[in-house]
Amino acid sequence: MTLAGLLDAALGRLDWNALPFWEMVTHPSASSIINGLIASGAAGIMVLGTLVTIWALTRHRLWGTLWRDWLTSLDHKKIGIMYVVLAFVMLARALAEASVMRMQQAAGLGGGFLSPEHFGQLFSTHGTIMIFLMAMPFLTGVINFVMPLQIGARDVAFPLLNSVSLALTAAGAALVMASLLFTPFSIGGWSGYPPFTETGFSPDVGPDYWIWAVTLSSLGTTLAGMNFAVTIYKKRAPGMTMFRMPLFCWTALCVSILMIFAMPPLTLATSMLALDRYLGFHFFTNTGGGDPMLYANMFWLFGHPEVYILILPAFGVYSEVISTLSGKKLYGYTSLALATICIAVLSFTVWVHHFFTMGQSASLNAVFGIATMLIGIPTGVKVYDWMLTLYRGRVRLGVPMIYAAGFLMLFVIGGATGIVLANPSLDYVTHNTLFLVAHFHNMLIPGLLFGMLAAYAFWFPKAFGFRLEEKWGRRAAVSWIGGFILAFFPLYGLGLLGMPRRTVAFFEPAYLPFTLIALVGAGLVLFAFGCLVAQLVVSIRERDDRRVPVGDPWDGRSLEWSIPAPAPEWNFAVLPQVETRDPFTEAKEQGRAYRSPEDYEDIEMPRNSAIGPIVGIAGLACAFGLVWYMWWLAISGALLSLGAMLARGFARDTVRIIPAAEVREAHESWLAMVRATPRIPRHEENTPANLGHAIPASQEEQS
Amino acid sequence: MLVSGCGVETFLDPQGPVAAQQRTHFWQVTALMALVVLPVLTLTPWLLWRYRDRGGADYEPRWGFSRGWEIALWGGPALVVAALAVLLWVNTTRLDPYAPLASDANSLRVQAVGYDWKWLFLYPDLGIASVDLLAFPAGRPLEIELTSATVMQSFFVPALGSQVYAMGGMSTWLHLGADAPGRFRGENSQYNGEGFHMQKFEAVAMDEAAFEGWARNAATASALDTAALDALEQKGVASDLAHALDRPSDEILFGGLPDDLFAQVMAETAKAPMAPHDMAAGR
Repeated sequence: MTLAGLLDAALGRLDWNALPFWEMVTHPSASSIINGLIASGAAGIMVLGTLVTIWALTRHRLWGTLWRDWLTSLDHKKIGIMYVVLAFVMLARALAEASVMRMQQAAGLGGGFLSPEHFGQLFSTHGTIMIFLMAMPFLTGVINFVMPLQIGARDVAFPLLNSVSLALTAAGAALVMASLLFTPFSIGGWSGYPPFTETGFSPDVGPDYWIWAVTLSSLGTTLAGMNFAVTIYKKRAPGMTMFRMPLFCWTALCVSILMIFAMPPLTLATSMLALDRYLGFHFFTNTGGGDPMLYANMFWLFGHPEVYILILPAFGVYSEVISTLSGKKLYGYTSLALATICIAVLSFTVWVHHFFTMGQSASLNAVFGIATMLIGIPTGVKVYDWMLTLYRGRVRLGVPMIYAAGFLMLFVIGGATGIVLANPSLDYVTHNTLFLVAHFHNMLIPGLLFGMLAAYAFWFPKAFGFRLEEKWGRRAAVSWIGGFILAFFPLYGLGLLGMPRRTVAFFEPAYLPFTLIALVGAGLVLFAFGCLVAQLVVSIRERDDRRVPVGDPWDGRSLEWSIPAPAPEWNFAVLPQVETRDPFTEAKEQGRAYRSPEDYEDIEMPRNSAIGPIVGIAGLACAFGLVWYMWWLAISGALLSLGAMLARGFARDTVRIIPAAEVREAHESWLAMVRATPRIPRHEENTPANLGHAIPASQEEQS
Repeated sequence: MLVSGCGVETFLDPQGPVAAQQRTHFWQVTALMALVVLPVLTLTPWLLWRYRDRGGADYEPRWGFSRGWEIALWGGPALVVAALAVLLWVNTTRLDPYAPLASDANSLRVQAVGYDWKWLFLYPDLGIASVDLLAFPAGRPLEIELTSATVMQSFFVPALGSQVYAMGGMSTWLHLGADAPGRFRGENSQYNGEGFHMQKFEAVAMDEAAFEGWARNAATASALDTAALDALEQKGVASDLAHALDRPSDEILFGGLPDDLFAQVMAETAKAPMAPHDMAAGR
């Protein structure tokens, strides 16, 4: 074989055209230069960010720490934190894309500056990232961090699997990032509907990027779901019955079950689409007996439960936040748990509402429409339960509560527009319009994102041992709320005016005021994100004034607040014995908190493992090889990940014992510190006096 | 009110019987939902203020259940949903896009074929066709059969009401109507690539005489022959097609149709060969 032939085989279909600036260099025109500069700028920022990270890690000699303490760690808390870091990185990219789209539509009367192709890539990556690589990692990270602590466990059921799940999700994210440099990504939207995404209509690499990014991350999610479900079933502390679990754990359990049953239809759909594209099958083609409607059904059989995968954990967070920051028991615990289960079950019965307009019979549409509305009942119950939790409480308007309040009021509006869309006859005039786009952003931003940001503010001290700064946090929360309203309420109007989604330009002057207001909203959202960054920087800089070593900065109610902050790697020096709901609140009220245990035992913790990162890198290599037809890379990646997992089967020395004496020393010295630390009332919560030792709200004297 | 004032097209300013019913249904649903939404919008701020920390209000940290409230919380939404469900069933059945509109007048039969990125409208009973112009008599029901010669599309005229997908190799149905003569914007609302945002058409409701005149005029145009069909299949918007056919772009009419063209398009789309599939060939 000649050298050129060898190079061709090695590079597959990757060539100069893949570079984001190639077209503007070879075919310069106003449009190709503007679009080329934007795309190259994005790729440049990614490359620069990677280089700066590598440089900083090298400069501060952190590679070893990164590898030993983070990447190979099987500690559920660290894995959770890494998931959240991944989510924030992806959030930054997808927000930037959203802003460019808002700018385009604000300038889009009759044209604008983006090419249709570029705009198509933006909405496709924005949606794919926000769902699969921002929202999913964020909630998986929060569940990972919080759930084992709340049920009194030392880790998840399968710590290594946890690391593999993270690595697969991160590989999916890395693949989407790679598409910035080696373009193009798909223009087929986050739902990737065939036949548009079939080779006949999209022969380029775009849909392949989408297929493998989604496949990798959805595999990671399926595994994470299994892990969480087993953890909740098997690893609860003695006495922690299902109906004593904090509500967040109920939502985590329902989400896990949804993940287990809802992700496989997606994995199957993307695999079948891959078979169509790579091996000439005809599952979803127009031709050869294929049926695109089959894809729509399979995708939404995943897609609708997915909506509740996204939103239920946030419901859990709001339950914890509203109860804790009201200094009060959660109202209607049983109702809330049952409502969560109802929502999870019903979520599998409504998928047809995503395509009422596909031509099925009126009665079928009506049945699915009514099933959809039924979900409104348990959801309504939840909203009123949270309001009754505020009722006769002592409500502190801390950052998580601002998000929760914003959520309550905005979410019901999104619910109302959801009911509109649930009516097939109204869906016929709002489907595929910006009304729908406004609706699902209205559910996902106040519903999911505010919940995750509330969780971030709420549990950050438990993860890192110090509180986040309040002022920047409040600015961020208020700007998020205001920015959301300005950016998305105009979209309801545009949708009612019949403006289709995914439209790069428009010709109706009446749309213009709406897109301009939405642009202002996007600016405010960007400012909110900037506030979050500022908050983190300020908090780290002033961390010594914000430390909460005792571990209970908010007068918490569940077990995670009964341990030090940051939590020790073994979580609980001695596994707690649980007798009630809100066990830590009861213990504090009855003076049983912070007692020395009678005895300590050796603790067995999983040893670090490189399998996760190896599988992640191998998965990424395999996927990248598949996208570009670099078969050698695809095969090596697949073999490497398989080999790594097989090799792991022979590993014997997988646990590590922490001697009782070491645990005793750490725990007793913490207890001594607790006894020496003054307790504070709630109104000093956000002052340096808050060292994490709380007077229970119910025992606080207020005149 | 917000939207009907500014002269843009929406079902909230309905121009036909379908959109009119949809508007009524929309406001009914909105009113019912207000029963659920308004208490939350007003009571949440009140609760946050009334029960603020150190605000001196009653405090019951252990209160977490009330039978009365439970019944109200589950029962209230259930009643609202029950009412909504009745409305839903009635309207979904009544506004079934497949059901012919109730009318004394005869329906006009039109077949719509979605191309990238334009619509071809066939009038099989009149033997004429047009591109991106759906002319029809006001006051007479319109019976539209839809298919796509390419990827999935969605046929939508916001001022007249419902949309339905057009898909390759199969047909779907949609019944619409306009109350009075007028020009309405129509579009494809399902993303289908580069020219998607340009895929608009005009739905023109005319009085009966004007429509007959239009149809007579269309019948004089040249026929929809193989060359024209080939040109239609090329990716491009209506003006590209007009250019290819050397016609004025605001009036692409055809005065003769091959027999059963619609069925042919469906069959062709279903069995058309896929693009050459060669793994090793570049992009």
